[in-house]
Amino acid sequence: MGSEHIVSSFDNDLAELNHMVARLGGLAEQQFAAAVEALETRNTSNIDAIVEADKQLDKLEFELNERAIEVIARRSPMAKDLRRIIVALRVAGNLERIGDYAKNIAKRSRVIIEHEKSLGDNVSIARIAGLTQQMINQVLDAYATGDAELAMDVWDRDMDVDQLHTSIFREVLEQIGADSERVSAGSQLLFVAKNIERIGDYATGIAEQIYFVKHGEFPSQTRPKADDSSSSAIDQS
Amino acid sequence: MSSQEENIKIRTSGVTVHYGAAQALHGIDLDIRANEVTALIGPSGCGKSTFLRCINRMNDVIEDCHFGGKIEIDGEDIYSGEIDVVELRARVGMVFQKPNPFPKSIYDNVAYGPRIHGLASSKDELDHMVETSLRRAGLWQEVHDRLHTSGSGLSGGQQQRLCIARTIAVDPNVVLMDEPCSALDPIATAIIEELIEELRSQYTIVIVTHSMQQAARVSQRTAYFHLGHLVEHGDTDRIFTNPANKQTEAYISGKIG
Repeated sequence: MGSEHIVSSFDNDLAELNHMVARLGGLAEQQFAAAVEALETRNTSNIDAIVEADKQLDKLEFELNERAIEVIARRSPMAKDLRRIIVALRVAGNLERIGDYAKNIAKRSRVIIEHEKSLGDNVSIARIAGLTQQMINQVLDAYATGDAELAMDVWDRDMDVDQLHTSIFREVLEQIGADSERVSAGSQLLFVAKNIERIGDYATGIAEQIYFVKHGEFPSQTRPKADDSSSSAIDQS
Repeated sequence: MSSQEENIKIRTSGVTVHYGAAQALHGIDLDIRANEVTALIGPSGCGKSTFLRCINRMNDVIEDCHFGGKIEIDGEDIYSGEIDVVELRARVGMVFQKPNPFPKSIYDNVAYGPRIHGLASSKDELDHMVETSLRRAGLWQEVHDRLHTSGSGLSGGQQQRLCIARTIAVDPNVVLMDEPCSALDPIATAIIEELIEELRSQYTIVIVTHSMQQAARVSQRTAYFHLGHLVEHGDTDRIFTNPANKQTEAYISGKIG
């Protein structure tokens, strides 16, 4: 996002906001990876640390908000500069929410690990998490470089996450249906899958913001959607 | 769309201006809608003030200044031989950068135009015109009890509103403003901007400003000039959020173009 304002300190302000978003993005990525790892390795030792580390994200988002408001007040940004600052605010909000979902995954993982060691082993949590992590990684790269095409590639891939979520939802419902003792852990797992799917949505939302910075408008196509979990039910017959 | 549908008040086509051998404007085609504020922006020397002054033929008085092209107001060619320039300047009023009240009383400043144009047939009628103009310019409350004191005793912002009252006293339908707030503090500026918004229901306003924020605040349409060319013209909302032209973007963002 190269620019050369006559007032060079304005460039520094914009660079600083970008840097803050990058730090937030790195933290959100880390938190999500740690939460997924805790579930996959059935290891609860790191969960308290994950919950605690979420505060850093909240704090950084707050600092970014304050900084962005200062820049708006002092610089009266126009056109792309204005879009960059508004988008930094929105992306920071999305990343903070991703952090919240990661924290929530960690908390639910504890219940799942403690109650039901085998549940979910054959469920594609690792796959949906991997896909979503790739999306976040790529969308953060796209943000740092202002690459709207790379961002739109992430946007397109949200459909895979949605489809996978629907299939996980059905698998878990079947497991619960077959064994009623698995209800509490299974319910938690449904939420974990949903949280991951929501993280994918946030990555997609960030992709739209990157497109908006570059083009001054949002992508015109309807966002690809393939989450049918809301119409899924246990087959009782 | 026909000018009827778009409500075009001023239509300029292929406007060129030369100062001697130097060309200041290169074929400006710009339609200005009635009852809207159009802001002309661009770096110093871009031709925006020259263009503004073409609209009431103020450039006529500059020696060696040559106009080409066509400007129509309400479909009438203002550079045709039949136009009375004095009458044109009553229809197309102008407010300047520095408030320039005549060294006369507040009353006489406003009454000056109606008097020379013979618009009032009685003292009562003239009084009424002065009061109405001062009210429209938002100055009446502040000066009604001292109408016969000197206009130059007012504050800068009041003087500028007095100049606006003087301009509208002759019942123009277009008001041109050349950086009307550049000598004013933020409060006086805000009062003038509020006034501009009120005036546009009755007048078509064209304003030259160096303040991007002012252009964004007061206008519905913005035209960006650069080196004597009209680079971009469109809705102010769009120009300041998503301009189509890279030069416009660089200028409004404070970048080296």
